[in-house]
Amino acid sequence: MSFISYLKDGISLGSIYAIIALGYTMVYGIAKMLNFAHGDVIMVGAFVILTAITKAGLSPLLSVLIAIIFCTLLGITIESVAYRPLRKASSNLAVLITAIGVSYLLQNLALLIFGADAKSFVTVIDVPAVTLFDGKLVIKGITIVTIVACIVIMTCLTLFVKKTKPGRAMQAVSADRDAAQLMGVNVNATISLTFAIGSGLAAIAGLLLCSAYPSLTAYTGAMPGIKAFVAAVFGGIGSIPGAMIGGILLGVIEIMGKAYISSQVADAIVFAVLIIVLLVKPTGLFGKNIQEKV
Amino acid sequence: MKKMNKTTKNNAITYLMVIVIFAVVQTLSATGNLSRLLTGLLVPLCVYIIAAVSLNLVVGFSGELSLGHAGFMCLGAYSSALFSHIAADSIPSVPRFILAILIGAAVAGVFGILIGIPVLRLRGDYLAIVTLAFGEIIKNLINILYVGVDSNGIHVATDSTGYKLAAGGKQIMKGALGISGTATLYKDIKDYFFIIGTVLIFVTLFIVQNLVNSKSGRAIMASRDNRIAAESVGINVTKFKLMAFAVSAALAGVAGVLYSHNLAMLKVSVFDYNLSILVLVYVVLGGIGNIRGSIIATIILYALPELLRGFATYRMLIYAIVLILMMLFNWAPAARDWRSRVVEKIKGGNKNKEAA
Repeated sequence: MSFISYLKDGISLGSIYAIIALGYTMVYGIAKMLNFAHGDVIMVGAFVILTAITKAGLSPLLSVLIAIIFCTLLGITIESVAYRPLRKASSNLAVLITAIGVSYLLQNLALLIFGADAKSFVTVIDVPAVTLFDGKLVIKGITIVTIVACIVIMTCLTLFVKKTKPGRAMQAVSADRDAAQLMGVNVNATISLTFAIGSGLAAIAGLLLCSAYPSLTAYTGAMPGIKAFVAAVFGGIGSIPGAMIGGILLGVIEIMGKAYISSQVADAIVFAVLIIVLLVKPTGLFGKNIQEKV
Repeated sequence: MKKMNKTTKNNAITYLMVIVIFAVVQTLSATGNLSRLLTGLLVPLCVYIIAAVSLNLVVGFSGELSLGHAGFMCLGAYSSALFSHIAADSIPSVPRFILAILIGAAVAGVFGILIGIPVLRLRGDYLAIVTLAFGEIIKNLINILYVGVDSNGIHVATDSTGYKLAAGGKQIMKGALGISGTATLYKDIKDYFFIIGTVLIFVTLFIVQNLVNSKSGRAIMASRDNRIAAESVGINVTKFKLMAFAVSAALAGVAGVLYSHNLAMLKVSVFDYNLSILVLVYVVLGGIGNIRGSIIATIILYALPELLRGFATYRMLIYAIVLILMMLFNWAPAARDWRSRVVEKIKGGNKNKEAA
């Protein structure tokens, strides 16, 4: 029974990674850049929720909505101020370093505003736990909410990208930016929309992450951000189902590694699995293998 | 100067620049104009310069984004510190330090080859994430390593209770607590570490610049510019990329040796991906593929947070903003156009004056 218990913890953690990875993978697929600041948007989202509830005394639902809107606007602002001017730069390393700069900026702003000590996150999601098999397996409310949220987001996002006009515009920009522009797609607006969705998802991820692990500092988003990035690569960067599967697998591997091997080397195991997968399948599990032509 | 070709001249300027900076710093410190704080920063500065120049070999000349540089620094730092402790009683400090540098470079270089063989099959961002992963794995594994030495030899374990040391034995590596007291083993030459660091910068520059301007260097750059074209003229792309990667790793190891021997406490937690990113920032801001730029950017960016100490809490915030603005100013096509227009205007203005 402990195995199933670990599995459920793994899927729950993995669902959070998956939601973060969706933001990474969409931005990568469309803007062709690694948004290193994505993890820190999660942290910002969590702080907004915390402030709205404890300082402004708003209801949890309203606070979450405010956080989503705040992060969405933040994502659009970051993209237009810091990334857009560099979109046609001669090296794509330039925008990567700028993203690192944005990441430092968000972390240090949070440090200045909220201080260096860890804040304990408030209970936002109040769902009763489910007990199965005569009490042998207890599934916490937050676990259920996380997994359900992950499935809902994944479904909505897939439908959005496949069925709606802005979603198809995203696909077009991702496939060939110049051709999409010639066909009348507003590339700037489409990229802004991608950042908006990714950052809005980051706010939700911040809520779920801090509800499961209720300690919040300015650096809370950094490591989950890196792990989610690994998950996105794992599943094949640019692919929505890939980010999903990659995230969940990563979460399960991490929890199993912690439980059965050693908690100290769990991260090493996660990264080792990533390397093995990439060596066997160099573009990730669901990545498209594009043959280079002369 | 006329007889020198352009690259020789360029290299000479770089060497000269290092000598001038070294001379200025030495004069300042001899006349007592250097604060204790700044003196303490000199050796780490050498470490970062070596790391940045060596990373530039991979990022700039081989065209591969590596985020695992800290991992190689870590290997160099730990292997050499371990050696220094084991050989502390048997070898005098100067040859011991030279051996430590060679060992650090060799260990990091060998791992560079071992990691490079599978990793260099990947391209672009995938390569970046795998190098990041390797860096984190190295950090994680060293974090649980315990090494002790006694009359029976060297003991290695993955937890603190893994072995019992005989009487008089010495615990060297203590897992997450790392290695302590390496600097005290070199009390007699500690004052010369800045000079040693400068010499090591020279060695690094010599190796990198000569490699870049050699036949192999041209092959490395050809593979970067167009892999398929390079392959079609018979260049073994994998071999040359591996060469650049391994040399870079070995030099990062040297940076690690200098780092670990300058510290009283060596902890593995400093070698995380943030360190790799920090060095990458130096390289990109100094100009990808520009060795002199790497050195200048490292000096400026390393000094910046320290000079901003007066602003205390705001210093990292200012650092972040300066970093973003510098990137936008240096790389945004709009900013570049604006800059060239301004330069033209100034030049044009001069010409008009001459005409008048």
